[in-house]
Amino acid sequence: MAIRTLDVAAIRKDFPIFETGIAYLDSANTSQRPRQVTGAMLEYFEKFNSNIHRAAYRIAEEATVRYEATREKVRAFINAASTKEIVYTRGTTEAINLVAYAWGRKNIKQGDLIVLTIIDHHSNIVPWQILAAEKDARIEYVDIDDRGELRRDQFAELLNRGPKLVAFNLVSNALGTINPAHEMVAAAKRVGATVLVDGAQSTPHQPIDVRALGCDFYAFSGHKMLGPTGAGILYGRREVLEAMDPFMAGGDMIKTVRVEETTYHDLPWKFEAGTQAIAEVIGLGAAVDYLNDLGMDAVRAHELDITEYAYEALSDVDGLTVYGPPPSRRAGVISFSLDGIHPHDLATIADRDQVCLRAGHHCAMPLMTRLGVAATARASFYVYTQKDEVDRLVSSIKEAQRIFA
Amino acid sequence: MMATADDQFYREYIIDHYKHPRNYGRLEHPDISHEEDNPLCGDVVGMDFRVTDGVIEDVRFHGRGCAISQASASLLTERLKGMPLDEAKKINKDDVLGELGIDISPARIKCALLSLKVLKVGAYGLADIDEE
Ligand SMILES: Cc1ncc(COP(=O)(O)O)c(C=O)c1O
Repeated sequence: MAIRTLDVAAIRKDFPIFETGIAYLDSANTSQRPRQVTGAMLEYFEKFNSNIHRAAYRIAEEATVRYEATREKVRAFINAASTKEIVYTRGTTEAINLVAYAWGRKNIKQGDLIVLTIIDHHSNIVPWQILAAEKDARIEYVDIDDRGELRRDQFAELLNRGPKLVAFNLVSNALGTINPAHEMVAAAKRVGATVLVDGAQSTPHQPIDVRALGCDFYAFSGHKMLGPTGAGILYGRREVLEAMDPFMAGGDMIKTVRVEETTYHDLPWKFEAGTQAIAEVIGLGAAVDYLNDLGMDAVRAHELDITEYAYEALSDVDGLTVYGPPPSRRAGVISFSLDGIHPHDLATIADRDQVCLRAGHHCAMPLMTRLGVAATARASFYVYTQKDEVDRLVSSIKEAQRIFA
Repeated sequence: MMATADDQFYREYIIDHYKHPRNYGRLEHPDISHEEDNPLCGDVVGMDFRVTDGVIEDVRFHGRGCAISQASASLLTERLKGMPLDEAKKINKDDVLGELGIDISPARIKCALLSLKVLKVGAYGLADIDEE
């Protein structure tokens, strides 16, 4: 079946922010949100604002239905077996911390090995460092080769040492590298490891099937996929989630509370303590609908097209170094540096032209150290990105080079 | 407003100080030596001072980072040479920003003030200073 192409001009009409004239090249950081998403949230606030799971009146039932409907949408979106496996969190960071706390503290023992990668985001490093320090466990990092791709030989070697946990991002936010996740999960499962995949940068940009992937945990954030901030997902295989203790404790995650003993709620609510981000979860459901309407194959195809265009345009600039693999093996992210111009200076100059560009370490300081740079500039793309925004970036770069000449 | 502030941001003398930093390098056997970094953007500034009879006889800075952090350090060293240390201790945030002469956005203020932090922590021998 031929893949549809995105009608970017029509898509941009759904995003009022583009009326400001900005070229938004920071979607890997957070995406923009269409009217459909903000509209769904507004409708909740204006028509059935109430708490969920707790009240018997009609608007609370409506709120509960809409809130729970997102769970089924997300389940289908990533092809999980059951909505019991879809836990709402505030985002990827909270999802990973949930696993580090509720799974890690129970399962990681002294001397155990945890395998991470040098291209992981701090949110998939620091929770494990805390756990490892507490349990006296060890962490090893899979290195990258010169193209910014994980070293498979070293990964295989580390697996031979029998890690308890393997955790890595499917797509690197700093380099855009798409990791061979299916192979990596399969290899890690063969040696009996529990596997967490950080899907923060993959879920928004390509079709995801967690069952085909075969991982135990999969985490992502709504705000990078057209949804609002404050709503994210932890997918966990049912048996694994069942065996875990709660993360946060309090209201809603319980079945019965007596002074001497408490029984916990069933999955997934066992992990959802306290009043939840109701509007945000409803917004996330609308974002999933929006992406489904576009088709995730079409989303990926569009990003590949933009990335190829940008990769070529940037590679043509004198004194510009692009980090990471060729466009076919990278998501819509291009990290680069300019001779003699610090990324922050470039970002400031680009900002004058209303070009939103990220500069910094991208929450991947171990990777920056590995690359021998303190920071890079990063352009990232999404469903609404058009080539003219890339052209504006190139103009800003040339302007920076003129100023610093 | 944003646009006019930015238009003036990379004035020629800032680029000049960035590309041709004054008093760049190290002193042998400095009386005071201190370095600070700004992990968020990776800017580093260090300063060496030779102090004779309470006067900064010589100063050198080293480091790397954005134009704002490096130009600000270069400008500061020019001002410090020959200044009594007690006077140098009184240099404040507004002095440094005034010397830079540009409108700095909140996101870049840490870059502009990194060298002042080096001076203060170095001169007072303090572990850290209040950034505000
Ligand atoms: C690969 C990756 N993992 C984790 C995160 C953390 O996501 P959040 O800040 O939404 O929790 C990000 C976001 O920058 C990311 O890019």
